[in-house]
Amino acid sequence: MTKNKSHIQRRLIPSYIFLIIWSFISVFPLYWMIAGATNTTQDVSRAKLTLGTHAADNFNKLLEDSDLWGNMGNSFFYAIIQTVLCLFICSLAGYGFELYHDKAKDRLFAFLLLGMMIPPVSTMIPLYRMMTKLSFQDTVWGFVIPGIATPFMIMMFRQNSRNFPVDILEAARLDGLSEFAIFFRMYLPVMKSTYAAAAVITFMNAWNAYMWPKIIMSDNSTQTMPMLIANLASGYVIDYGELMMGVLFCSIPTMIIFFLLQKQFAEGITGAVK
Amino acid sequence: MENKKKGMSVWQKQNAAGWVFLTPATIMIVLLIFYPMIEALITSFRWGSGVRVYSQWADPWYKNYVNMFHNKVFMQTVGNTFFYLIIQVPIMLVLAILLAQLLNNKDLKFKGFFRTMVFLPCATSLVSYSLIFQSMFQKTGLFNIILNKLGIFHGNYAFLQNTWSARFVIIIALIWRWTGYNMVFYLAGLQNIEYSVYEAAKIDGANGWKIFWNMTVPLLKPTIIMTFIMSINGTLQLFDESYNLTKGGPSGTTMTMSHYVYNQAYGNNAGQFAVACAMSFFIFVLVAILAFINMKVGDTRD
Repeated sequence: MTKNKSHIQRRLIPSYIFLIIWSFISVFPLYWMIAGATNTTQDVSRAKLTLGTHAADNFNKLLEDSDLWGNMGNSFFYAIIQTVLCLFICSLAGYGFELYHDKAKDRLFAFLLLGMMIPPVSTMIPLYRMMTKLSFQDTVWGFVIPGIATPFMIMMFRQNSRNFPVDILEAARLDGLSEFAIFFRMYLPVMKSTYAAAAVITFMNAWNAYMWPKIIMSDNSTQTMPMLIANLASGYVIDYGELMMGVLFCSIPTMIIFFLLQKQFAEGITGAVK
Repeated sequence: MENKKKGMSVWQKQNAAGWVFLTPATIMIVLLIFYPMIEALITSFRWGSGVRVYSQWADPWYKNYVNMFHNKVFMQTVGNTFFYLIIQVPIMLVLAILLAQLLNNKDLKFKGFFRTMVFLPCATSLVSYSLIFQSMFQKTGLFNIILNKLGIFHGNYAFLQNTWSARFVIIIALIWRWTGYNMVFYLAGLQNIEYSVYEAAKIDGANGWKIFWNMTVPLLKPTIIMTFIMSINGTLQLFDESYNLTKGGPSGTTMTMSHYVYNQAYGNNAGQFAVACAMSFFIFVLVAILAFINMKVGDTRD
């Protein structure tokens, strides 16, 4: 028996080697970022791979050259507002499409799914015009409104609503609960894990968004973290130590979410396919 | 009679509630996705730059489209985007399936650790990883130093200032960022396949490769088609990498379509809204055609 086991493990050696190499490839650029954040720009250019002692210098430079806390705050604020609104609106719709479905609603759902085919770059100009007409430029609304209702999220909630037991619905109706009370008091608690997965993926997408914020947020004080680091890298002379410190700050929140909520993140990505 | 009437009204009430639930999202999607798409199409038939665009029409109405096909720079960006698509997507998806297959082995140890490592690049934002790769491929940077030390290079090579190497840096970066992402789909798909199916095949004497090709791939087919569509969709819309990693350079030869459209509307050629709308509509048509072909190809029930 043990002989058989060690035989199996021996046959897996190529798998282990490949996975170790791939793990190294995955981690290396992130280690490079951390090492860079602690070194001077000259050391980064010399490909110094050990951690340095210039983290504080880089951090102070970053504070001087950019509105780090302000933009970090913006990123959190926009991403949280977008997540809350997106989850509310899309889960309502997913619930409605699945638990009240009939021919008309199914057709409407199929039509809305076509929206997934439309690339954001194709709608950005009219959207920009719309948002400026509403004076939403440089406001949280300009940032979040186009991202609140997405076909993907509606589909995800619809698919997952299949697991919501119809018995609960019937029982609640017999108890005289209104349809809306059922949603808030029965559906919401039961679907906690779907909400968690949806929240992780929406937050990440909002945090990482770049093209749309770049268009709609023209004022420095309203910009987000990805814009901050892109600005650091747009000059002719780039201070790589400072830049990597900025990249690190832009990555810390998403890294923390990744490590704490990896399962929900994976579920959020695969979300609608089951 | 009375009862029936009451029953009807309850049913109607429920049906109405259903509609109320889905109305906010429906209105928003129509107003913020479909309507802008139509407006972009209309704008693409207009003429001029800046705000004047909204008061003049192109003559003939398809003039922006004719100019677009004669625009060498834009056609170059179309070519670049397709180059990324053709090289990067197959490599990435094959690697993703391979990794998923390895991670799905029940005898593998440290499975959770490896899964996390493969998945890790997804935790970085697109701008972040673009800048990390930009810094690694500098002329006086990590890869030059490594390759010089290994004796492969003699002298520093400007990866990002040469068209072909810069294109491959983008491809390498894309593979790094998205392989783990796609692996998650395949792993989920593989876990739905009963392990006993494999056992039975092994007993029948099928080897690893045969099992993979004749069983795993057909069973994963829906997942493969979906990841293909998503990757095509994503690649046709590449922006962050082109904008931040190579800045489209040298002289626009690594630029993607979306990057060029952005430049026309908001970048250095700001205000060319009609032209940009024509190009963005072209991108939409490409996405739709490729997704359609993909679904048709995937639908051959043999």
